[in-house]
Amino acid sequence: MANKMSMLPAPNLSPKELVNDDVDLMSETNMTTASPAVAGNRQSGSDSPAIAEPPREKLTKKAITADHPTWCPGCGDFAVLAAFYKVLEKRQLDHEKIVTLAGIGCSSRFPYFVNGHGAHYIHGRAVPLASGISLARPDLHVFLFGGDGDGFSIGGNHLDHGARKNINMTYFIMDNFVYGLTKKQTSPTSPIGFKSKTDPIGAIDQPVNPMKKLIAGGATFIARTHAAQVNHMIQMIERAFDHQGFSVIECLSECVEFFPDVFDPANPKKGGSFEVIQEKKWDNTPEDDLRHDVTDELAAYKLASLPFPGVFGVFYQSDRPTKNALEKKWIETTREKIGGASDVEILRKTFDRMK
Amino acid sequence: MNETPVVKQAEGGSAASPTSTATPASGASPGSDRADLRPENIQDAVIRLAGNSQDGIQTAGAFLARLAGRSDHDVMTYMTIPATISGGPSIFQVRIGSGEVLSAGDEADFLVAFYQHSYQDHLDFLREGGVLLYDSDNVEPNLDDKRFVYVGVPITGLTVEALGGTAKDKGKNIFVLGLISKIFNLDADKLKKLITEKFAGKDQSIVNTALMAFQAGYAYPVGNVLTKHYRFEHIPKPGGRAQITMDGNQALAYGLIAAGVRYGAGYPITPWSSIMETLRRELPKYDGIFVQAEDELGAVSLALGFSYSGYLAVTGSAGPGISLKAEAIGWASMAEIPLIVCNIQRGGPSTGLPTNVEQSDLHQAIFGSHGDSPRVVLAAASVEDCFYIAIEAARIARKYSTPVFILSDTSLATRIEAFDEPDLSKLMVDPKPDLTPREGGFKPYDLERITQHIPPGTRILDGKYPLIGGLEHDEMGHPTGSPKLHMAMTAKRRNKLRKLAEEIPVPEVYGDQEGDTLLVGWGSTYGPIHDAVKMGREHGEKIGALHLRHVHPLPNGLEKIFAKFKRVVTVEMNDQGLYGYGQLGTILRARYCEPKIQSVTKTDGLTFRVKEILQGVFPGKFVSVRGYSPNRPVSGNGEQDVDVARAESIAQGAG
Repeated sequence: MANKMSMLPAPNLSPKELVNDDVDLMSETNMTTASPAVAGNRQSGSDSPAIAEPPREKLTKKAITADHPTWCPGCGDFAVLAAFYKVLEKRQLDHEKIVTLAGIGCSSRFPYFVNGHGAHYIHGRAVPLASGISLARPDLHVFLFGGDGDGFSIGGNHLDHGARKNINMTYFIMDNFVYGLTKKQTSPTSPIGFKSKTDPIGAIDQPVNPMKKLIAGGATFIARTHAAQVNHMIQMIERAFDHQGFSVIECLSECVEFFPDVFDPANPKKGGSFEVIQEKKWDNTPEDDLRHDVTDELAAYKLASLPFPGVFGVFYQSDRPTKNALEKKWIETTREKIGGASDVEILRKTFDRMK
Repeated sequence: MNETPVVKQAEGGSAASPTSTATPASGASPGSDRADLRPENIQDAVIRLAGNSQDGIQTAGAFLARLAGRSDHDVMTYMTIPATISGGPSIFQVRIGSGEVLSAGDEADFLVAFYQHSYQDHLDFLREGGVLLYDSDNVEPNLDDKRFVYVGVPITGLTVEALGGTAKDKGKNIFVLGLISKIFNLDADKLKKLITEKFAGKDQSIVNTALMAFQAGYAYPVGNVLTKHYRFEHIPKPGGRAQITMDGNQALAYGLIAAGVRYGAGYPITPWSSIMETLRRELPKYDGIFVQAEDELGAVSLALGFSYSGYLAVTGSAGPGISLKAEAIGWASMAEIPLIVCNIQRGGPSTGLPTNVEQSDLHQAIFGSHGDSPRVVLAAASVEDCFYIAIEAARIARKYSTPVFILSDTSLATRIEAFDEPDLSKLMVDPKPDLTPREGGFKPYDLERITQHIPPGTRILDGKYPLIGGLEHDEMGHPTGSPKLHMAMTAKRRNKLRKLAEEIPVPEVYGDQEGDTLLVGWGSTYGPIHDAVKMGREHGEKIGALHLRHVHPLPNGLEKIFAKFKRVVTVEMNDQGLYGYGQLGTILRARYCEPKIQSVTKTDGLTFRVKEILQGVFPGKFVSVRGYSPNRPVSGNGEQDVDVARAESIAQGAG
């Protein structure tokens, strides 16, 4: 389970004391180089270690901070990073189980600013990369970050399939309605009329509606937020994280350099209004009739059709089985039939049928 | 030359038998089924079944192959299928040998023709004196052509009769199987057992139908028209291991499993799909999974996710899909993530010839991504080698944290061979990610070492976690544009392959260890090249062959081998390009700067015939020599020309 917290006994030993000279320090999978493995040469997948590890320190913002972000001052993404740190700290996730992934774009620089395991992949393909990690390592917390170009343009197809397969991960899309890193080209979410370097007379193509696309794709947790609303972002990230399945948050995050002020209509500090979706409480009151049923796809679609700036909060949430769970079930059923045979025995039996 | 006529023919014409070593029996009289006649011992026979793609000839041929493997014979198959969804002509060829079988056969000893077009299209492939077994209900051969022995059997009619009217002619493939079993004295009981096993999961009536068809074919009094029958000599194999029979794609898939690969992703494309299907079905048994992705880029990205998470993974495709994966493979090279990429090559470029063989993706494998993005390239030489090369690929990928290509091709993918069962207790590995907490100071891209990543989920006690990425990076993985670091990192990535080159064994030269001509090959040309050397030496040539499994990096020391020959000629199924050298030829010339390196190339979508190679390497020679058979004695003069080489194959690139 992605949000299981590991509870290990923690004896008070310094790392040096744990180095056991009797044990072969070079593990099989690290032939020419490795930091000396501590506490023995244990090879396991997601098992809890048999030997006690050094005590865990509280996960602090300092511990997870890495490089200072290279974003422009005033970029909305700073707030997103702060919200992310807050969630990790609040939940006290095991530091080594946090995996931060991204494709290419300003917002996709995220992994470099988080001190933890992670990878910076190629443009638009981080969803399947993250899917591989999620499927093979159910013990890890997979966080994916990206932007509107990476997610809805080149990554559009992968988004649909990650959604329909309902692969367990948390995907935070910082939507700024422009290609920032490459300096102001039209993005799939740019509004009609936006003047960019690739639309000098104003964008003419109908923009993608991210919420509609995600609903149609089959994502099982779909939410929308705004980079000026740190508390709301924290809430959404937590709920996405808690949800088992393909959880996506679209966040309007201003690009001060190339498309400033476009999200002001949803920013109370700039004279706009931040409309939060009122979710059903299922309390049988007449007011509840007017609230939003997050399990209702069509209702979510209607909310997605509201004119800009639209509404914010959880649009849709459902409990479809994840691909992770379905594949796991197939493996378990198959392994039961195998009945504890070793890999060599299984393959030998297969070869016997080819004699 | 053993020209004794041994097959009497009602229609006239005399001819030699398939390869034989025993003294032929004389005085065989036609008229009755002479089951009591002692069968003639043979060591090799090439049987080609020509029909339509829905006649089940692949099934019948596969049975023959399986039987051969089970009987401790060597076997090699060759098939063509049309690139359509249904219908169209197709052939299945089985070569059974008591000794070593390395190529599918330059010509057939037996041609089974189901239709008039089968007869017309493939008669040229039948050798002089060979037997044409035809369905007399559908085929009217020209009996005045005395080169061949004609055996007409009303296959369709007899099948319908045997199975009852409703079966129509389905089952005639098994009927023919029965016929062939009778003629070649194959073990009918073993075959019936194989048939029963194959249809075991289905309705009993299907098994019964198949057995009835087989029995009808077997019982047919073929001795009325073909007075000879044959038996494969049993030559006991050294080593005593049982043989397993499978095609190259299966061998590759099972090799990956033996190599400890438990995760993979792919997308359907001919001829890669069957590897994906096998792994999808099998990996859950080993606690792993194979995912079918939405496209080729999704597939390679999933596989890289698996690898990054600590489980070396596999992806694969044919040429078009590899083109799509190029960017991601480049990422793997830069980020130094292990990955196995299979390319089951087919005719190109672009959509090309989806069901034909070619080996024109070598340069793509070595150079296919932008920038200086080194990767390792291996090529399987035979079906058995598909198994072992997978194990070698996994070893290299893990040790050097690099993407590794396995090049195979259409002919290997679909070819069935029998080989010794691998010793799994010695070979099979199953490494799991090591999540032991690490002391601090870990550098993922340490300039002093070959990169070995630590999998996510591993605690690092000094709290400094590594990053993996496609941007040029410093030793901790953080992006950098530093001139010094880019040069140092580029050197680091390239030097690890030089290190690999140091440990690659130099392949042995087959044939003459020094002489006039050295043939160099890679991939599935192994068998025909090998046989070409045999045949060349029989004709007085001083010729040897070198076959490369490690194509990039090349093993060190090849120049010492080249020095011992006057000419070095690569034999490859790709185009001679702008300058007259095949893809391997180009690489070897660039590497060794040797003007004596030449190429024999072709792009007709067919495997090399042994004669083709010799005619290409020695222009003007080997014109009147009969097609190659390993146990057939060398021919003398006065042989009729058998037109075999329809493809353009020229020795090129002098100087």
